[in-house]
Amino acid sequence: MKTILHLAFRSLVSRRATVLLSVAAIAVSVTLLLGVERIRTETRNSFSNTISGTDLVVGARSGSIPLLLYSVFRIGNATNNISWQSYRELAADPAVAWTIPLSLGDSHRGFRVLGTNADYFRHFRYARMQNLRFAEGRQFDDVFDAVLGAEVADALGYGIGDEIIIDHGVGRIGFARHTDKPFRVSGILARTGTPVDRTVHVSLGGIEAIHIDWRSGAPVPGLRMDADRVRRMDLQPRAITAFFVGLKSRFATFAVQRKINEYRPEPLLAILPGVALQELWSLMATAERALSAISVFVVATGLIGMMTMLLSGMNERRREMAILRAVGARPAHIFSLFLLEAGFIAALGAMTGLGLLYILLGIAQPLIESTYGLFIAIGAPTQTDMMYLGAVVAAGVLAGLVPAIRAVRLSLADGIIVRS
Amino acid sequence: MTNAVEISNVTFRWPSGKTPVLDIPDFSVGTGERLFVSGPSGSGKTTLLNLLGGVTVPDGGAVSVLGTRLDKLSSAQRDSFRADHVGVIFQLFNLVPYLSLVENVLLPCRFSARRSAQAAARDGDPVSAARRLLARMGLPDALLTGRSVTDLSVGQQQRVAAARALIGAPELLIADEPTSALDDDARQSFLDLLFETAATESQTLILVSHDRRMEPMFDRHVSLADLNRAAAPTATA
Repeated sequence: MKTILHLAFRSLVSRRATVLLSVAAIAVSVTLLLGVERIRTETRNSFSNTISGTDLVVGARSGSIPLLLYSVFRIGNATNNISWQSYRELAADPAVAWTIPLSLGDSHRGFRVLGTNADYFRHFRYARMQNLRFAEGRQFDDVFDAVLGAEVADALGYGIGDEIIIDHGVGRIGFARHTDKPFRVSGILARTGTPVDRTVHVSLGGIEAIHIDWRSGAPVPGLRMDADRVRRMDLQPRAITAFFVGLKSRFATFAVQRKINEYRPEPLLAILPGVALQELWSLMATAERALSAISVFVVATGLIGMMTMLLSGMNERRREMAILRAVGARPAHIFSLFLLEAGFIAALGAMTGLGLLYILLGIAQPLIESTYGLFIAIGAPTQTDMMYLGAVVAAGVLAGLVPAIRAVRLSLADGIIVRS
Repeated sequence: MTNAVEISNVTFRWPSGKTPVLDIPDFSVGTGERLFVSGPSGSGKTTLLNLLGGVTVPDGGAVSVLGTRLDKLSSAQRDSFRADHVGVIFQLFNLVPYLSLVENVLLPCRFSARRSAQAAARDGDPVSAARRLLARMGLPDALLTGRSVTDLSVGQQQRVAAARALIGAPELLIADEPTSALDDDARQSFLDLLFETAATESQTLILVSHDRRMEPMFDRHVSLADLNRAAAPTATA
C-alpha cells in the first residue's frame, strides 16, 4: 500500500498542471459550500439575537416585516408616525409594564440616529435577555447628548466629549445638516453584535430640538434658534416612529395586541417580534435553500471535472498499468492507485477550499459587518464544516470509482503485453 | 534438471471468440536456456507471453513455470508469483514516466519481498543493486543524476528496462521484441549485456521477435507457427 501511495503521489506531481486545475475547481466549490453554510448560520444567529424580552413592537399600520425592519433592524423607513398622544394613551394600559419610544429619520455619516429615552437603556434586551452595557461614559442627560453604538464609535473614531453633527434624512451623505446644533458624545455602548452597534442614540427632545426651526425637511429662512434658546423650550415631541412594549404578563400579549390593532384614533399595528422574525426568516429560507442547492451542484461539477481528467488520461496510462502489472501489481493495486489519486485531489481541494474560506472571511468580515450589520465570527471549523469536508472527500473517492473500475478493466484486458 | 517452462495441451480463446487463438500440445524450455521464439503478429505471441507471466490462464491444459502450475493458482497468487520469479521487457515505453530511473528499476522490489531480499543479499540494499545493474547496462550514476526518464534515448530506455527485469534475479526473463526500436549496433550491445548478465545468475530467457537475424545468438529457436496449431493455417508472414 505504501508503494501505491508513493506511486499515486508521484503520478499526480508529474501531472501537476492539470491536477492543480482540478484541485482549484474543487477548492472553489468547497469554499462556496462552506461559505454559504457559514453565512446561513451566522445570519440566523444574528437574526434571533437582535431583540429579546420585548413582547410587542408597535408602529403605524403597514406590514409586519417592514415594521420589524425599520424599528429593529434600522433598515428602510416608516411610512407614517404615531402621535405622541396615542403613544401616551396606549403606554398607560394597565397590562403594560414598560415602553420604549423610537423616533427615526435622521442619520450621522451613514449611521441611523435613534431618538428615545432612558427606558431604552433600562428595558431593551438582546440575545439571551442581555441588557445594554456602557463601555464608556453614561446615558444622555442633556438635550444635545448622544450615546454611540460600538461600531459607530469604532468606525468614526469617536470618544467621549467629541462633537457630532446630525444629518437630516438617512442618505449616506447628508446634503442638509443640522450644523447649528452639534451633539456631544456622552457614552459609548459595549458591542452587542446587533443593529444597536450601528446606531447613534439621542433623546426624543434632541430630535425635536434639531427640527424646531425646520419645516417640511428644510430650514425655515429667517427662523434660526441657537442651542441654548432651544434648551429652554418645551421639547415635547408631537410624534414618534414606533415603540417597543414590555408586558406585565405574557398572557396579556394577544389582548393588548388586539387592542392596539383596533385602536380607533389612528391606524396602528402591533406585532410579536418573534413571530415577525420567523416570517422574515422564512422569506429568506427559499433563497437560502436555493443557495445550498447551487453550492452542492458546484461541488458536483468540480468532482465531475476531476473524473474527466482521470478518465481522459487513461489511454496514455495503459502502458504504465501494463508495466505495473508486469512487475507484480495486482488489479487491486491498479484500482487503489486511481482511487487514491481521486482521494488525494478531493482532499487537497477540500483543504484548500477551507483555507480559501478563511482568507475570504478575513477579507469580507469587516465589509459584511459595515454593509449589512452582520457580524460573522471567524472560529475553528464547526462540526458541520467537517461533515461537509468529509462528504466532499467521500464523494471524490466515489467519483474516483469510475476511472478506477475502467482502469482495472482495461488492464485486465491488456495483460502485461499491450498490443502496439 | 527440471524445465523452467512446461506447457501441455494448452488451449485459449477470447471470451467472444469461437476458434482458439492458442492451441499448444507440447512446449518446454530448459532451465538456463536461451530460447528464441519467432512469430509474426497474429500467431498468438501476446497470449503466450500473458500465459507465461500468469496474467491469463488457459481454457484447458497445464502451464507450469519453475515447477509451479500457474493454471492452478488464484489470480492473486499468480500476481505474486510473477512479481517474485518473472522479469519482463517490452518492445517500447518500458518505463513509468513519473518515476526516476532508479525508482523504475526498483519497482519489482516494491511488489516482491523476495526480489527485494535477493537484491539486498547481492548488493547490500536494493538501491545499490539498481545502481550496479544500471552501471552494468552502460548507464553509470553520472549519467543518471537529474535525468528524467523521458530524456533518455530509446536504447537507453531499453537498458533501464533490462536492469529492472534483472533486479532481484528472477528465474525467468520474458522479452517481447525488446530490440525492434534499436539500430543494429545498439541491438547487438543490448543483447550482449542482457546475455552476459542473465548468464551470471543462470536465468532462463525467452525472447520473442520476428527478427530472425538474432536467431544464431540463442541456444535454440522455435517458430510459434509450428508450436501453435491454432495459428498455423491463417498466419501471414
